[in-house]
Amino acid sequence: MDTKTIKKEAKSNETTQRISGSEAVVRCLLEEGVKVLYGYPGGAIMPVYDELYKYQGKIHHVLARHEQGATHAAQGYARISGEVGVAIATSGPGATNLITGIADAQIDSTPMVCITGQVGSHLLGSDAFQETDIVGISTPVTKWNCQVTKASDIPAVLAKAFYIAKSGRPGPVLVDITKDAQFEEFDFNYKKCTGIRSYTAVPKTEKASVEAAAKLINAAKKPLVVWGQGVILSEAEEAFKAVIEKAGIPSAWTILGASAIPTSHPLNVGMVGMHGNYAPNVLTNECDLLIAVGMRFDDRVTGNLATYAKQAKVIHFEIDPAEINKNVKADVAVLGDAKASLETILPLINENSHTEWHQKFKDLYAIEYEKVIKNDLYPTKEGLTMGEVLNQINIQSKGEAAIVSDVGQHQMIACRYAEFNQTKSNITSGGLGTMGFGLPAAIGAKMAKPEREVVSISGDGGYQMTIQELGTIFQQKAAVKVVVLNNDFLGMVRQWQQLFFDKRYASTEMVNPNFVAIAEGYYIRARKVTTREELVEAVAEMMASKEAYFLEVCVEKEDNVFPMIPTGASVSDIRLE
Amino acid sequence: MSADKQLFTVSVYTENNIGLLNRISAIFQRRHINIESLNTSPSEIESVSRFTIVVNMTEENIKKIIGQIEKQVEVIKAYYHTEEEIIYQESCIFKMKSGLLFDERQIQNIIKESNARIVTVNRDFFVIEKSGRKEELELLYRELSVFGIMQFTRSGRIAVSKEEMKISTMLEAFQD
Repeated sequence: MDTKTIKKEAKSNETTQRISGSEAVVRCLLEEGVKVLYGYPGGAIMPVYDELYKYQGKIHHVLARHEQGATHAAQGYARISGEVGVAIATSGPGATNLITGIADAQIDSTPMVCITGQVGSHLLGSDAFQETDIVGISTPVTKWNCQVTKASDIPAVLAKAFYIAKSGRPGPVLVDITKDAQFEEFDFNYKKCTGIRSYTAVPKTEKASVEAAAKLINAAKKPLVVWGQGVILSEAEEAFKAVIEKAGIPSAWTILGASAIPTSHPLNVGMVGMHGNYAPNVLTNECDLLIAVGMRFDDRVTGNLATYAKQAKVIHFEIDPAEINKNVKADVAVLGDAKASLETILPLINENSHTEWHQKFKDLYAIEYEKVIKNDLYPTKEGLTMGEVLNQINIQSKGEAAIVSDVGQHQMIACRYAEFNQTKSNITSGGLGTMGFGLPAAIGAKMAKPEREVVSISGDGGYQMTIQELGTIFQQKAAVKVVVLNNDFLGMVRQWQQLFFDKRYASTEMVNPNFVAIAEGYYIRARKVTTREELVEAVAEMMASKEAYFLEVCVEKEDNVFPMIPTGASVSDIRLE
Repeated sequence: MSADKQLFTVSVYTENNIGLLNRISAIFQRRHINIESLNTSPSEIESVSRFTIVVNMTEENIKKIIGQIEKQVEVIKAYYHTEEEIIYQESCIFKMKSGLLFDERQIQNIIKESNARIVTVNRDFFVIEKSGRKEELELLYRELSVFGIMQFTRSGRIAVSKEEMKISTMLEAFQD
């Protein structure tokens, strides 16, 4: 590296260095502690790539096979580690290919910084080669975005980008840097961002609201907690556990809240929502107090709002004021960081056990077990079920694996049945439902936590949306375990066609390639399982592998996921068959 | 809280940054809400911009919209007000043929009675300006349209609230 250190001004002790905008980008990433970034080079971002080449001992760039894969990998990295994921791409198609991942990170509150190259500032608006208005395009799906046309703006803008992405309710940020700003030299000096006057990262928690919430909790006879990803994002797991244990409250989770407390915790009563568990869905409409913690009452959670928990008082612990009363009216809103709020309320709540109320959950679980779970996990019919594959993974990973799922039937099965001992272990595309998320997200997760077992579970549809990332696995030697649950159908859509469209299977049948051969084409060890007899041993072989491993399991073609709340129905009208 | 739709005037104090207009209008667009009028200008605070947006919707929904606007990183604060809670004005300009001033004597009366103002007169045309409430501007338009209007344009609403908006205190608090 050939840079010259000069003193800025006599009165200042800060040293600045005259460097290019592109080198500044890399230096800013290093200042923010970034070790890995995911991307794809191209014309307008080449100066930054040239610096990444020079800094390759300090920062690791992972070449994805498509920019969408880069964003999902950055998301996987962020979700398992709690740190900001970084993706980088060139202008035009490179930038637009990031959009799906950005939209996914926005709706699932994932901290991510995306850096895009842009044509030179003198060409802006001239329909130049690979010019696209990525700031305009990404505006509705970013927490913040910004175009930089001067090198000297790069440090402050990137500092702000990382601060905004990570603080408060996290989200994706996009910084678009023109090529001339990358070449321009300036005096580099980095200061971390610690606040922005127009932005309140964490709203102040009103003491009165905590007291009012404690009063409702202490008076409740049939309280139910529904927690979401907020518990994980604010690292409130221990505080959360302390509160529900002290008050003895049955607690259910949204899809993104999964793994915040262990699956086996006695107060964990399962998942709410469309394919969630029977008891928490039905009893949502029987509880006298609904305590929402770090969740946003998504329509897949609430079903028909007109009949959702109307009998209950509602407490909403939430960091984002815009979520209060958005879908469900809160009797008490406790604004602020979940961890701080839960720690504040802990001494104010009374010890309780709610034994009779708990029994109701157990009784309904028994019904669900008989009608659904038993047949999913321990089937006696010939065809393999997705549930029994999950069951094997649970047994052989001892609940220590991070499960990265894609979108569809297998995702619902994975989230329903995966056993988690550790937090930040359920990585899935919840809000956006992005098919193709799983495989690249698993790569990011494995690279962030190489010591952890990371199992990617996809269906045959979503897997083929980002299948090219097998190349990234191969090149990076990322020891991801890739499971494809193959039913030769776009299973979830087929299920809906069966139930609501008189079995007219419009474009849901898949004629699939030889998945094993494809994996082997990338030099990844691969195996296909078609019978129950092989399953245990195949999963064992996969889990024992020190390298990446591909396992295709051919499952029953036309199985459905139950329970199910049909669209527009009430949570308590959940169907078991 | 009325469940009926009514006019609300939204005042948004923001940083003066490129792209923010897009970000704010996208909040309405995404929810299929038509903006009746939109005006951006400097505010009483240096370097702080002010948006004045008029929309027709229910109070329940405008509250949610305010939440979404305030959520934007560069928005300092947003308020909504009913018609009774603000003092507001719009402005319009008419361009008309100069000959009408002499041929149609009642035009001068219309201008006088409506408190409109002649901005300029030349050989070919003259320009009338009027500020006021929308209904007054519409009335003037109707009265003048019979004589033939060469050009007409009306501004978005600008408004101040009767109650204080505590922006300066908020910004000072950040300085500390």
